[in-house]
Amino acid sequence: MKCKKCGAKASVNMRQHKLALCKEHYLEWVPEQTERFIKKYEMFTHAEKILVAVSGGKDSLALWDILTRLGYQADGLYLGLGIDGGINYSHESQRLTEKFANKHNLKLHIVDIEKEYGQPIPVLSEISHRGHGKPCAVCGLAKRHEMNRIARDLGYDVLATGHNLDDEAAVLFGNTLSWASEYLLRQGPVLPASDGLARKVKPLCRFYEREMTAYSLASGIEYIYDECPFAEGSQSIYYKELLNQLETTRPGAKLTFYLRFLEARNRGDLFIEKNIERAHLHSCPKCGQPTSTDDLCSFCRMIEKANSVPVS
Amino acid sequence: MLRDGNIDGFNPDGRISLSGDNLVKLVLRNKDYEVKPGMTLLSALQKINVVPESVIATREGEMILDDEILKDGDEIKLIAVISGG
Repeated sequence: MKCKKCGAKASVNMRQHKLALCKEHYLEWVPEQTERFIKKYEMFTHAEKILVAVSGGKDSLALWDILTRLGYQADGLYLGLGIDGGINYSHESQRLTEKFANKHNLKLHIVDIEKEYGQPIPVLSEISHRGHGKPCAVCGLAKRHEMNRIARDLGYDVLATGHNLDDEAAVLFGNTLSWASEYLLRQGPVLPASDGLARKVKPLCRFYEREMTAYSLASGIEYIYDECPFAEGSQSIYYKELLNQLETTRPGAKLTFYLRFLEARNRGDLFIEKNIERAHLHSCPKCGQPTSTDDLCSFCRMIEKANSVPVS
Repeated sequence: MLRDGNIDGFNPDGRISLSGDNLVKLVLRNKDYEVKPGMTLLSALQKINVVPESVIATREGEMILDDEILKDGDEIKLIAVISGG
């Protein structure tokens, strides 16, 4: 297979686009497309300060790399979750993130959950009894809370995450299976800022996960290859596998699923009403972030509960 | 290791085991698979029941595509692309 731009041997073939490219042209194409999506969805401008949530994985490091190549003011935020799983998972992911930041001379903020809140994520999960024996629910809650806190406290205009199209399609698939209308209404490349909540954007939301892996390999990004020890058997991975089987026989199925959803949502064509009023949000008396309850937000309640239980 | 000894042919679970040295080795995470040389990467992935969309194949560090003919002695590293939880 030949590169469509230069005729050299191709390294990446994107069947959904009927486009094959050599390594050099692929490394040009990905940032060009990212810039196009940033503008199309009005994510941010070159004048704004961006906080990139980096985990040490391929997607977030690739995003940071691309935004830097495009000349954006992008600093990193790494959250130390305290996950070991027998493979030193958090330690290794932090090492790779720091290595990337040092190599490219980029600013990286590091927040260690245990230092901030007394316990690492697996222990917080265990003693708060959230998540049915798996820490993923507590991990997601803590990440959302901390990413927003840091973005807000340090004056960033926007928080960028490395979600790719497979992430988005898997979430969409899950929410469609259960007709979770509120979640469907909220899903998109941009979640606008509101009282106390930073704007959130997903500049990689139209790239397949496979394409981001190819980008990381082609550009020599060293990322953590091991899966989070708690991710094994997760629903989102199962949905991704199902969608990849579909994609194998129907090239472009994942992309069409996501893009047609966005179009329908924007036109108000979904079964849900186009504009549902946001529930009134209050400020959490402890951390000040928005919450739909009258008292502490979910995160602060979880921390209070965790810290009230003696650890054996 | 998923080698199944010196039995020629196709295993019910989709893996190939052949006697002799004329093999292509494919490695996915910590599992090894073997197929006959001369087939395309796509055919090899189908033989070992790996969804092509879920991996990127590299040979000597370079990415290769589905139509690549696998040669005797090749060692193909399959990089899993799915992550998350």
